[in-house]
Amino acid sequence: MLEMATRQVARAGLPLMNIVRMKGVPILQQLEIEERLLRTSSNNWCIINDGTDKPSIVMGISGKPAELVEIRPVVEDKVPVIRRFTGGGTVVVDHGTIFVSFICNKDDVAGVQPYPRPIMSWSSLLYSHVFQGVADFRLRENDYVFGLRKFGGNAQSITKNRWIHHTSFLWDYEARNMSYLKLPKRTPEYRLARDHLDFICPMKDYLSRPDFIAKTIDAAGSLFSVESTEFEAVKPSSNMEFAPTSRLLTIKELEAACKTSI
Amino acid sequence: MALRIWASSTANALKLSTATRPHFSPLSRCFSSVLDGFKYANSHEWVKHERSLATIGITDHAQDHLGEVVFVDLPETGGSVTKATGFGAVESVKATSDINSPISGEIVEVNSKLSETPGLINSSPYEDGWMIKVKPSNPSELESLMGAKEYTKFCEEEDAAH
Repeated sequence: MLEMATRQVARAGLPLMNIVRMKGVPILQQLEIEERLLRTSSNNWCIINDGTDKPSIVMGISGKPAELVEIRPVVEDKVPVIRRFTGGGTVVVDHGTIFVSFICNKDDVAGVQPYPRPIMSWSSLLYSHVFQGVADFRLRENDYVFGLRKFGGNAQSITKNRWIHHTSFLWDYEARNMSYLKLPKRTPEYRLARDHLDFICPMKDYLSRPDFIAKTIDAAGSLFSVESTEFEAVKPSSNMEFAPTSRLLTIKELEAACKTSI
Repeated sequence: MALRIWASSTANALKLSTATRPHFSPLSRCFSSVLDGFKYANSHEWVKHERSLATIGITDHAQDHLGEVVFVDLPETGGSVTKATGFGAVESVKATSDINSPISGEIVEVNSKLSETPGLINSSPYEDGWMIKVKPSNPSELESLMGAKEYTKFCEEEDAAH
């Protein structure tokens, strides 16, 4: 079902996009699905994961745990630390996070060059439709914000002919979990040296979960001919040969990072 | 649109004025530079073939569009690359972007400076920002790559289409 040799074009003349809705799928599994679809599928996908099963820290491809994470409490509290296949920064995700990922053939997104900034701009246009009339939404540097407060973090991976742009939306979060993160070396200018909790805001103050997901699917439907695909069709199976690069860091790796940071 | 037309005319004028320069000369000073004597892939990597060795990197056009490179993931020496297939990645802004090899061959050297100073790819894409050196397994693959003028035109058309 996944292996289609040709790009699908629906009757409306818009490229087809398969929408996969998930709930509570572990973030590592979501990342594995996404990377496999990016690299082995020729279709367009929108993956929506409404919350993940347990709090986890997710770093970008070049993330160094000693610099980004408070390792001692993370190890003591047994919080998983994952390095994902896309770029970007570090997030803490849990049941309050809503994930939306777009995996696209570059030729199916007209007028958007397959580079970070054009893709980022394209995504902000899509989400401006979602939040129209709801809140003062904008893309500020590389974050989605309401005013000056970040509620969505973005990351991408770009191959020769395809790309993924995925977002973790803070529909809600626990302040305690945010304390696992250190202030990174690189921060956006608009953060203005604010503490993390003064820098972010929850989306729940503006939109319910069902409304956000419905509006996102509607916005995607203005650019693509959307069709629903069951999670069972994309979830990993034992006979899949693709080796994902996102992985869980081991306790040994975290403890070693802790020692080198002293 | 008027600004683009003006800029394009200026770039063309500069290209004509540097046409008599030596072998590896910039064809365009105005925007992204393209060096004569190099070969180029449509995925924006360059190859400099000298004797039995080919040096590979990404073009000025690519680094400009990618933004500040903060991390480079390169393979080990002794490995192999295949034409039009990814061999590594760069991280810029919030993205990882694949780097594809223009030719096939054995990797004989990797630029170790890029692990500490990935920004060399931005500041010196054709010199200090080189990525790998390869012993080509099929030198005829170079013939299918673009020359400098063809690549310049390719970039202009690609940018104009978006």
